[in-house]
Order: sequence, then C-alpha cells, then structure tokens
Amino acid sequence: MSAVAAEAAKSSTMKRVALFLLPLAAFIGLSVFLFKGLWLNPREVPSPLIGKPAPVFERPLLHRGDVQFSSKDLLGQVWIFNVWASWCGPCRQEHPLFNDLAAQKLVPIVGMNYKDQPGNALKWLNELGDPYKLTVVDADGRLGIDFGVYGVPETFVIDKQGVIRHKHIGPVTPEAMQKKIIPLVRELQKQP
Amino acid sequence: MNRFNRLVCVLAALLLAAAAHAQGGAPAKAPPQGFTTTAKPTENDPVSAQREHELALQLRCLVCQNQSIAESNADLAVDLRRQVREQIAAGRSDSQIIDFMTQRYGDFVLYSPPLKGTTLLLWFGPFALLLVGALVAWRVVAARKAVVAPAPLSDEERARAAAMLAGERNT
Repeated sequence: MSAVAAEAAKSSTMKRVALFLLPLAAFIGLSVFLFKGLWLNPREVPSPLIGKPAPVFERPLLHRGDVQFSSKDLLGQVWIFNVWASWCGPCRQEHPLFNDLAAQKLVPIVGMNYKDQPGNALKWLNELGDPYKLTVVDADGRLGIDFGVYGVPETFVIDKQGVIRHKHIGPVTPEAMQKKIIPLVRELQKQP
Repeated sequence: MNRFNRLVCVLAALLLAAAAHAQGGAPAKAPPQGFTTTAKPTENDPVSAQREHELALQLRCLVCQNQSIAESNADLAVDLRRQVREQIAAGRSDSQIIDFMTQRYGDFVLYSPPLKGTTLLLWFGPFALLLVGALVAWRVVAARKAVVAPAPLSDEERARAAAMLAGERNT
C-alpha cells in the first residue's frame, strides 16, 4: 500500500470512529443532563431577593398586638426570619430544630406568623415551645408577598446590612440547619 | 426523487418536534374551559376587571405551578389577584404590576419568559436543534449521492463489455 493510500485509509477509519463516537457522546451528555433533572425540585423556585435588601416592614407583635415592630431595629445583627403558621403541618416538623437553635443562643430568630389566627398561633407556641425572639403578625399575607413567600414554612438568613443571604423553602432539615444555615450565620457574624 | 422525499420527511419531523417544543413552553393564552369563571371579577368597573383578568392569566401561581393565578383558587393566587386589583385601582401600569411580581417571585412567575442571557437557550434552542438536524440530513444525503454515483469503467472493463456484446451478436 502506498503512503497516500495508507493515509487515506487512516483518515477514513478516523472518520468512521468519529461518526460512532459523536452521537454516543451527545447521547451520554443528554442523558446526564436529563438524569440530573430528575432530582431537581420544581417547587424550589430561585428567589430573586437573594443578595437584595430585605423589605423593611412594620408589623404588630403576636404577643402584644398593640406594639408595632420595625425591622429596622434588627439592622447591625445577623438574624433568621422564619415564616410559619399554626395550620401548616411541615412547620411542626421543623419546629424542634428552631427550638434547638434558640437554645444555642447563636442568632436571634424572628417569626412571621403568616395568615393565621392569633389565638391558634399562641396556642401552637405554648404547645411546641417558642424559639422566637419575637413574632410579627402577617394577617393578610402582604408581608409574605413582599418576601416572595409562596409556601410555608420558609426561612431567610439576613445579614447585618439587612441583605437576604439565604432562603430555605419548605421545612428546614437537620442537614440544611447544620450544613448551610448555621455555618452561614457564623460566617456572616464575622463580617463587619 | 426518492432521496429528496426522504429529506423532506426528515425536515418535516424536525419542524414538528420544534413546534411541539415551542407549544410546551408557550404561554397559556386562553384558560382551559371550565376555569375561566374561577377568577371572579369583584370590581364593578368592567375595564379594570378585564385588565385584572388578563394580567392574572400571565402570572403563574407558585403553589399549583401549572395554573395561572387567574385559574387557581389557592390562597396565594387569591392574594396575588388582590394585589393586581389594588394596583390597577392605584393607577399603576401593567408593566409596573408585572415588575412588582417578578421582583418578588422572579421570572418564574411569568408564563412567557423574557428574552435575556439566561433564557437564550430556551428561546433559540429548538431552532438551533432544527438547524443541526437539517445540516446532518443534508450531509447524509450528499454522502449517499457520492456513494451511488457510478464509477467510470476502466479500459479493461470496457474491453470485456465490448467482447460480451460482440459474443451476444454472434449467437
């Protein structure tokens, strides 16, 4: 076989291998992409509020309806904002984690009592424990809309400048608490 | 002609696939029958009520993600419709109201996603795939043409053919 013919044969084999490998690679790529998609939670909508200043609000306290609390009072410290309601089942599930967190005295936890009856809410806290430094009442859900709340419970981590740094949708799991929320709080507390 | 027909078939299939994709992601302009009445216009002003309904149809309910807030009776949808209604009454424009929603819930709240960096693939992906498919089809057809084109006869073959023809004539 001449050198030219050998070269031509080689290039034709390579072409054949490429024709076989290219679709295979495309197929594997697409499979990985779609397989990963199976494990994504469509209910977890990324919030556009992360990295933005938390809405400033003034709302009555759950324990003293005649007192208005302003979120400006929390500037300068890292705090956790937990949206809950007595009618919300998953809130009951995550509640012990917040009781534990409160016992550590690491960070103030503020509650937003979302579209609830004050009587039921107070009873709920008496029964399950009250980890909240204070709870504000969002009777008509407007504060919830400002925070982009669409499913209770939701939990926000807000830094010293009042910027939302993290949002957890749905009940906080022990993993999320230990691996994400607490480390983030510690890190934010170190920042000026 | 056969080859050309095949190419047309491939292109048609690709077009259909692209159309199906586009339809899947397209905004639900008209609500399915039976749902139109769920958003009860509570205002007496029919123009505002109509605007509210049209805006509500463009906004996704985040609780029951496959319905607009006009079709859904979830608590959140009711609250968001109230927001839309109040803002219309306050004289805000449609785009201001849409902005209010996207600031809080992100682009996900829109049934028709805006055209920007992160949605380029969503908008143009199907057409890019169509182009790639057409290119592949064209290459395949061209390659086939090259294979099928008859090779010219060598001198030896020509001589053999001539001998055969001559022999045929002799018998």
